[in-house]
Amino acid sequence: MAKKIYSTYPMVKYLRKEALPTALCPGCGGGTVLNAFANAIDQLKLDPRDLVVVSGIGCSAWIASPYFLADTLHTTHGRAIAFATGVKVGLPDKKVVVISGDGDLASIGGNHLLHAARRNIDMTVILVNNFIYGMTGGQVAPTTPFGAKTTTSPYRNIEHPLQISETVAAAGASYVARWTTAHVYQLIESIKKALQVKGFSLVEVISQCPVQYGRRNRMKEPAEMLRWFLKNSVPVSKAKNMSPEELEGKFIIGEIINRQRPEFTEELNKLIDEVQEHFGLKGE
Amino acid sequence: MIIRGDEPDQVRLIRKLYKPGNYFMQGNEAVAYGAIFAGCRFYAGYPITPSSEIAETMARELPKLGGYYLQMEDEIGSIAAMIGASWTGFKVMTATAGPGFSLMQENLGYAVMTETPLVLVDVQRSGPSTGQATKGAQGDFFQARWGTHGDHPIVAVSPTSGQDAFWETIRAFNISERLRTPVVVLFDGVLAHTREQIKIPDIEEVEIAYRKLPRNEEEAKLPFGDPHGDGVPPMPLFGHGYFTHVTGSTHKENGLRDVYTPDVHERLVRRIHRKIEKNREVYEKYEEHFTEDAEILIVSWGVTARPALGAVLKAREEGINVGLFVPKTVHPFPAERMRELAKKARAILVAEMNLGQMIIEVERYVNDDVLLKGVNKIGGVPLTVEEILREIRGVA
Repeated sequence: MAKKIYSTYPMVKYLRKEALPTALCPGCGGGTVLNAFANAIDQLKLDPRDLVVVSGIGCSAWIASPYFLADTLHTTHGRAIAFATGVKVGLPDKKVVVISGDGDLASIGGNHLLHAARRNIDMTVILVNNFIYGMTGGQVAPTTPFGAKTTTSPYRNIEHPLQISETVAAAGASYVARWTTAHVYQLIESIKKALQVKGFSLVEVISQCPVQYGRRNRMKEPAEMLRWFLKNSVPVSKAKNMSPEELEGKFIIGEIINRQRPEFTEELNKLIDEVQEHFGLKGE
Repeated sequence: MIIRGDEPDQVRLIRKLYKPGNYFMQGNEAVAYGAIFAGCRFYAGYPITPSSEIAETMARELPKLGGYYLQMEDEIGSIAAMIGASWTGFKVMTATAGPGFSLMQENLGYAVMTETPLVLVDVQRSGPSTGQATKGAQGDFFQARWGTHGDHPIVAVSPTSGQDAFWETIRAFNISERLRTPVVVLFDGVLAHTREQIKIPDIEEVEIAYRKLPRNEEEAKLPFGDPHGDGVPPMPLFGHGYFTHVTGSTHKENGLRDVYTPDVHERLVRRIHRKIEKNREVYEKYEEHFTEDAEILIVSWGVTARPALGAVLKAREEGINVGLFVPKTVHPFPAERMRELAKKARAILVAEMNLGQMIIEVERYVNDDVLLKGVNKIGGVPLTVEEILREIRGVA
């Protein structure tokens, strides 16, 4: 069956064939994210040799490493952005992309996410938010909606979810957008923009996990989850005029922020230039 | 970008900035200059006493050399960033102390598993926990060895003075590059803050080693293979179009994850051990004083080796046949030489600033008929010559 996919799927040239088929569950949104990312790379005509893709631990981390055919760094849990920071300083001319999940990047890795945004280091983070820890068996996450059921909130979740995109925008990122897996074309456009922005960019993708999340919350079919996304998505422009009560349980989609700020690796290299100039260390 | 540290422009910069000669400086500064001479051009760290002057020196000096100083949000991020930078070709270093070293352990294991060269300086301070944050100690001997989980080898070196710290840091880089493995420098708060005369050599006097790079596409496709039979795979750097996959999960020679096949895990983990075991000549180093006729042997390391030598010299004046053995690479322990020396001694004293750590390692190589005793002191003040001498007299 895998062979059949190869012959009909044009984006296969961007995938590590020897790592296929994927380990993702049937109906998982991870495939959509991988597809959108590959299409964004293809449409921008980026050479995968100019990409380094970094990920942490969990289902969404696997989207990038091993499946995407580039230099890929599959790191420890939560630390993908910190690893990527070292990669970007070493290879400032390459596109550095982090693809990982909400638990990985926003919970255990939350500190690195905020500080990378503050530094405004030039990298693109694609954060796959499926509201749950999928690979470890469906435990409650910092993104699990209030009241939802998971294996570790079997009665209901009494914590409030973190608004990742808004938080990262407030921390100083250059570009932040949020879409769902039901908004594939918009998602591709945002990934393209994020890759071209000089600075820290985050694309949050609300993604379905029918196996761990949907099953326990009356949406065991992937399509039911996608319908839930569509029904509850509110564009940024419309959300501006809505009260917090009206926005409860809604997904605000679109560009949250798009601005220019001095970028970290450029500033770092500028500083080195200045220091070398100041001490008269420039080569003849 | 690949900076070796021995390119003409780097040599020119080092000559211009650091004239050979004697300087009065801290142990911490000596570590930083050692790193610079070894070719380190990337430092990521998080401030912690008593290691901070290493970061401060690197922040001041690295930009002059075209190198990068990054202050990360925590210790975990620091070691993560340096692993990322190492895969782009940089020689990388961080420095920390006890609590920070604890936080770095998971990624130290990652560096072992992914065979990433890096140098981690642990300026040991008094613990457990925050302990006496500003005081020196030697309590991380086993944290360096067993701090991270799983079966893993580790190489750790330990300098005995500021001057030694300069050279041992260079040696740590060279071991790390030759064996494609992280190397820990077990320094301590006492030497870190002691100012003394330190001789800076000409860059030409410094031997600089560099990691093996793949010679062709074939080698680059097996980032975790063993094409040369020495257990050390060539390292395909990021950004060269090799499509390298690096993971801390159990992986095959081509880098792809396989956690289900017992044989794959065996092959990988045993090779990582073998490359350290088989290349003993790359890292084994120890010092000996008066060991030829020693009936009593002092074994000591790091900061304590200095008062230990003082005590040995005084005891010799009193006619006591005592010698001193100082492992400079403390992990893997110089087992063979230790065993030989232990055969000739009737008493062995192990002097260290802790409640007895290296003595556990020494005990493995000593027969039951030898009197083995620890000379230990905690509280942040180093052992004195007198204190060690008293113990020598006690067994003489």
